[in-house]
Amino acid sequence: MDAPARTGASNAEKGASRATDKQRTSWTAWWVAYAQAAPMALVFLLFFILPLLATFVVSFWNYTEYSIEPAFVTTNYQDVFYGCVARLPGLCTTFATYLSTLKFVAIVWAATLAIGFTIAYFLAFHVRTLPMQIALFMVCTIPFWTSNVIRMISWIPLLGRNGLVNEILLSVGLISSPLEWLLYSDFAVALALVHLYTLFMVVPIFNSMMRIDRSLIEAAYDGGASGWQTLTNVIIPLVKPGILIGSIFVVTIVTGDYLTIGIMGGQQIASVGKVIQTQINFLQFPIAAANAIVLLAVVLLTIWGMLRLVDIRKEL
Amino acid sequence: MTDSRIKPAGVSRRTILKGSAALAGVAAAGKLSAFPTPAIAQEPVTLRYLSTAVNQSPAIAEKAGEELGINIEYIAVTTDDVAKRVITQPNSFDLVDTEYFALPKLLPSGNIMGLDASKIKLSDKIASVIRNGTVDGKKVGLDGTAPSEVLYLPAEQATEFAGEETGFLTLIPTTYNADTLGIRPDLIDGEVSSWASLLDPKFAGKAAILNIPSIGIMDAAMAIEARGDMTYGDKGNMTREEIDATIAALIEAKNNGQFRAFWTDFNESVNLMASGEVVIQSMWSPAVTAVRTQGIPCKYQPLKEGYRAWASGFGLPVTIADREKDAAYEFINWFLSGWAGAHLAKQGYYPAVLETTKEAMEPYEWAYWFEGQPAEQDIHAPDGKLLEEAGAVRDGGSYDERMGAVACWNAVMDENIYMIRKWNEFIAA
Repeated sequence: MDAPARTGASNAEKGASRATDKQRTSWTAWWVAYAQAAPMALVFLLFFILPLLATFVVSFWNYTEYSIEPAFVTTNYQDVFYGCVARLPGLCTTFATYLSTLKFVAIVWAATLAIGFTIAYFLAFHVRTLPMQIALFMVCTIPFWTSNVIRMISWIPLLGRNGLVNEILLSVGLISSPLEWLLYSDFAVALALVHLYTLFMVVPIFNSMMRIDRSLIEAAYDGGASGWQTLTNVIIPLVKPGILIGSIFVVTIVTGDYLTIGIMGGQQIASVGKVIQTQINFLQFPIAAANAIVLLAVVLLTIWGMLRLVDIRKEL
Repeated sequence: MTDSRIKPAGVSRRTILKGSAALAGVAAAGKLSAFPTPAIAQEPVTLRYLSTAVNQSPAIAEKAGEELGINIEYIAVTTDDVAKRVITQPNSFDLVDTEYFALPKLLPSGNIMGLDASKIKLSDKIASVIRNGTVDGKKVGLDGTAPSEVLYLPAEQATEFAGEETGFLTLIPTTYNADTLGIRPDLIDGEVSSWASLLDPKFAGKAAILNIPSIGIMDAAMAIEARGDMTYGDKGNMTREEIDATIAALIEAKNNGQFRAFWTDFNESVNLMASGEVVIQSMWSPAVTAVRTQGIPCKYQPLKEGYRAWASGFGLPVTIADREKDAAYEFINWFLSGWAGAHLAKQGYYPAVLETTKEAMEPYEWAYWFEGQPAEQDIHAPDGKLLEEAGAVRDGGSYDERMGAVACWNAVMDENIYMIRKWNEFIAA
């Protein structure tokens, strides 16, 4: 199973030795690589690192209705976790919000993984020719030609009280009154999130599957493995990095999402993003910043945990 | 709409502009980009007009251009963003049209200045409901941030309100109105006559409220008080105990499935109502009109406890240059002179000066919009769309009946920060 991994490693070694031994490289000066990386690094510094630092700094500031004042106070963080200890075993706003988010993360992750893996498997192993694979893959991306808000909103006429689904069910006689839980509910949120983000699972898994040496599968068959055994013992271990990358996409996007939860949940379901938005709208920047830092920490922690499960560098 | 992950950047940019000394360099750059171009006397002056999109009629800008030679450049943002920009970027506009209830936040920032009443020709003709909270000589409800309480400043530049009438005004009214519940009469059995209906289990799963905390909580308070659960000292300025009790009642209603959805955007309320997802909700007047123009019955139901009113007006940033300032006064005077007021009145808003508006409207239009008379002819919106057929009567009746029945005004509470925390608790419940 390590054949592609080994080539990868040896390439990396070659690269490393080349970098250390300046004499054997081309005429390029040592600083050229830095110069090439500089524009992107600068963009990152200006538009990612600096704002992030500012957010972190501001999260310790004081604020009033109309101003924010430099200070070093931890009241914003105390406010974020207001009542979280006192109210136990009841849930404070922040814990309840994160718990609700976690629920969606779990549902959406499981659903996108199941659907994404199936689609990628079909594309990679059942479709025989490359042009057909590319064509079908393109078909998967067609929904992405419209904005995600449009894709989300298009569910509303389908799922509403007087929507298409309810009307069909009513006319067929399966139900006698419209189903209320189709829209503005947990179900609607999960459905829209799965719809929006399955492709983020398909792409990396498909990519990993395409890199599997077919002779490995033949060898498994020759060794007498059943289809299921091949899947669990050969394919799944080999596409782990793809699954992990897809999972990181889905988990981080769902954790920070508030548009989908807002629109499909009828704004009745809490999300961290919405809390932050409300606070920003009322000019409470420092507490919004504190919330953003907490959210960032949660996301980073999740990714760290996921990376512990699969050593992505080794596998790629 | 922006992705949540972009938000931190937005925060920090504004933060920087707000004037962190450490990052003064960036602040200077921000100022540079917004610096007005050097004025050349012959060129028409441009006024950057900051407000929500609802108040920005292209027809008004066009007419002002024709009659005054002033170039109006609209900057359209959301209600909350208007306040944010006034506080964080006062040099990015020359004229702001903002709500009176934002003033307790805006004024202490020192970024807006008073308007000199002596330069406003019709300043003493401004509607009495704004000037002193009376309609036809009778006092209206002044709960919340009533315009009459925040209208006057002791001097042109001040960070506190004057207790009495002075020569300097914070905002010159552009539009104001009385809000109530919108209902779908075709989907509701029986009459709706009280705010209590908003929380009535009869409408479980078919009610909606605003997810704008400062306004939503007042609608809830109207309903809770109407139900007889409690009486508020001032619905627009609740104590912590009142906020706790109100949010507790809202959480109970939410857990009992009272609400179908919450809305923040004008269009969301239109869609909820038009699709029949919701049959009763807090609503804004133009939204009711928008539902009706789709041919769907929708009523702006007058309620016995009265209306929640709001008012919006012109303010000037302290950073304004002289030439722009003169132009701004000229524009405001023109705005009050009739045509613009009539233009807005035909969309259902009330204008600052009633007398000039009356002159600029057809008598049958005035009778329909302001006197509560049945329409003699079809009523058209300014863009020519049919609003009402002949014979229709405005919901709630005449100006005096509607504005006279105001119970409270949109507000920012002293306990605003606490209230928002509790509101987020309600959303998470």
